[in-house]
Amino acid sequence: MNFDTKKLNEFLLEYAIYGVLLVLIIAIAVYNSNFLSVNTLRDILMQSSTRVIIALGAGFVLITAGVDLSAGRVVGLAAVISGSMLQVADYSRRFFPNLPDLPIWIPIVIAVLAGLIVGILNGWIVAKFSVPPFIATLGTYVMVYGVNSIYFDMKPNESQPIGGLRPDFTVIGSGSIGSGPYSIPYIVLIALIVAFVVWIIFNKTKLGKNMYAIGGNINAAKVSGINVGLNLVMIYAIAGALYGFAGVLEAARTGGATNNYGNMYELDAIAACVVGGVSTTGGIGTVPGILVGVVIFTVINYGLTFVGMNPYWQLIIKGLIIVSAVAVDIRKYISKT
Amino acid sequence: MTESDFLLEMNHISKEFPGVKALDDVTLKVRPGTVHALMGENGAGKSTLMKCLFGIYKQDAGEIILNGQKLEIHNSKDALNYGISMIHQELHPVPHRDVMENVWLGRFPMTGIGPFQFVDHKKMYADTAALFQQLEIDIDPNALVKTLSVSKIQSIEIAKAVSFNSKIIVMDEPTSSLTGNEVEQLFKIIRDLRKRGVSIIYISHKMEEILQISDDVTIMRDGKYIGTWDASELTTDLIISKMVGRDLTQRFPERSNVPGEVVLRVENLTSPNPRSFKNISFDLRKGEVLGISGLVGAQRTELIEAIFGLRSIAEGKFILNGKEIKIKSPADAKKFRIALLTEERRATGIFPVLPIVENTAIADLNAYQTAYFLLDEKKMKEDTAKSVEKLRIKTPSVKELIKNLSGGNQQKVLIGRWLLTDPDILLLDEPTRGIDVGAKFEIYTIITELAKQGKSIIMISSEMPEILGMSDRIMVMCEGRLTGILDQKNATEREIMRHATLYLA
Repeated sequence: MNFDTKKLNEFLLEYAIYGVLLVLIIAIAVYNSNFLSVNTLRDILMQSSTRVIIALGAGFVLITAGVDLSAGRVVGLAAVISGSMLQVADYSRRFFPNLPDLPIWIPIVIAVLAGLIVGILNGWIVAKFSVPPFIATLGTYVMVYGVNSIYFDMKPNESQPIGGLRPDFTVIGSGSIGSGPYSIPYIVLIALIVAFVVWIIFNKTKLGKNMYAIGGNINAAKVSGINVGLNLVMIYAIAGALYGFAGVLEAARTGGATNNYGNMYELDAIAACVVGGVSTTGGIGTVPGILVGVVIFTVINYGLTFVGMNPYWQLIIKGLIIVSAVAVDIRKYISKT
Repeated sequence: MTESDFLLEMNHISKEFPGVKALDDVTLKVRPGTVHALMGENGAGKSTLMKCLFGIYKQDAGEIILNGQKLEIHNSKDALNYGISMIHQELHPVPHRDVMENVWLGRFPMTGIGPFQFVDHKKMYADTAALFQQLEIDIDPNALVKTLSVSKIQSIEIAKAVSFNSKIIVMDEPTSSLTGNEVEQLFKIIRDLRKRGVSIIYISHKMEEILQISDDVTIMRDGKYIGTWDASELTTDLIISKMVGRDLTQRFPERSNVPGEVVLRVENLTSPNPRSFKNISFDLRKGEVLGISGLVGAQRTELIEAIFGLRSIAEGKFILNGKEIKIKSPADAKKFRIALLTEERRATGIFPVLPIVENTAIADLNAYQTAYFLLDEKKMKEDTAKSVEKLRIKTPSVKELIKNLSGGNQQKVLIGRWLLTDPDILLLDEPTRGIDVGAKFEIYTIITELAKQGKSIIMISSEMPEILGMSDRIMVMCEGRLTGILDQKNATEREIMRHATLYLA
């Protein structure tokens, strides 16, 4: 008897996260049964897409027992960069009035590269100078916003919101395969592909194994001959590139960009990871966990708005979920040592 | 004996975890003013029993009686209040605060008027000084703890236990990081405590120590109580046979390795740190076990970490198979087929939250890389399974997290990790530290087997019998200097000690 209850407890703790998601959905559906529809599902997946990509980047860093605060600002930088180069030719307030129509991939690659460079910078500061990741990325967070604002404030734009984006660009964010309720938005597909690639990196590559090892015991990793510094730089770089890519998608999805895009997204990303079972002490975390973590927050946003709950109450519920998720995570850790 | 002859009685204690009977009707009776050794292999249930005593676990059955009074212990604070304290194997002081704050942490003396209460540093200093004087401990109460040696920090912990008026002090492997002199000092404190009627429950794997310091010995095996004996009735062999449940005819395997030509020559190796190793030169032969002996502080670990490229050197050469090589990082060392098993298994060896597969393959991931940067997981699992079988690692599966294995099995996983890199030279730093007797023998067998296969082994060990029983030659260090290389045939404990203390005042 004793044996069974203990097993049950362990099971509940292990899968608590899925339980939370289920309870949320049921509770909202009981309140308003219209919630259970294909349209809702598609909306939730669409809203989760860019957040998933940011959270996956944050996950990389968290698993190494680090943290990356620069995520949101990199999203903003990439959104502004890609947006500034992808406006329609006859738009009245073009960022670069004389820029010819570029092949769409060039601005995207430039924006992703910008994210990658910030990531390399983050990793380099952490690895080379042993600056705690929290501080290192706090520094780049501020700097990236500064750089982005200078760019955004250049003449003739002078801090005007960027608009008039080319339809062949915005279709990435708003188009879909097929039409009607059973269509699959491109952006959801893109997020799934990114998640799959990240899953492969996590589970099937040397970098992934090294990432778990560094987070699990950095000293043992050094002794095992792993080049910890180089691996950290690569991990922060990939994370930066993912934020950059998410920024591009944000610009495409919303059809515009300002230097304040992505503000505070890093906190949502970290919260989603933590709720999805990524350990704050490093070495633990999975892609499916991160996906569920992101979806939970979208369900809260979308679902609670759907049933007309006061948005301030939503904040309180979000906060409670973050704290209890970590409390449960820590309990898992304690029970097994 | 009547009931009142015992200070502490733990009667018929049982404790079950899912799938495991950790304690099965265990009894421990401690007489007042005695040192009571608690012995058993890792996994025998010693720690579980002690955790029941400290209220960390609640026993499923059985009673705990102190001074004839039945106790309900719910947490370690209860235990402290009843006069039971514990000196853990791994000490957890607050390093950046001073000694007296560490002693009185959580119960600072206060002074002041009404609600305005401040910490009374004067009284705290006086109390600490008095306490230390009573125990004949020579430490400045104002010193920062981080500046002190492990043995001093341990003395502080003992003083702290005494300050709680503890009647029972549990010491878990107290000598695992002490030097010979420091052990003597500890024993002096223990004898002194015993005179005041304090009882010590002493957990250790070191037979010589147990026989030297304890009055009674209780032995456990597989969660069961085997018996309690007067220490004077016991010998090392008797204890071992009771612990492992069979007669152990020998403590070390038969050795049939034949050292060959010189593989590695180390010349004039000197650390940039003036207090560390200097002017070390020696040869390592093919198929040889070269033991390194010395007291803590002899810089043995620093030396072999330098050979592995973990520490930089100011001067010196490595000549591998006649050619000079440069080792600047562990990656370099790996390239030259050198492997290092570190002393601190937990701190620098295992990845606790990762499965055995990852723990095994991590140092040799390149070997599993296929095209497109993917890893051949099937091969990783196969190789791990082979390593598990070859080294007789006890685990339900290769996917088990390494933290769930016993110390001996963790160590075997780490040996397996390095064997995958197919090293010619293995640097082993205290390879059997904190490992139970049965597993020790298995690790000795593995080492001997490797030497027979022509691998060269440098083994640091602080256990004399181990050094004498396992090495072909013994290199002795003192204060960072090489004081002698002895041939195993004519090496004695005395001779080693003489070299190990050569430069000590």
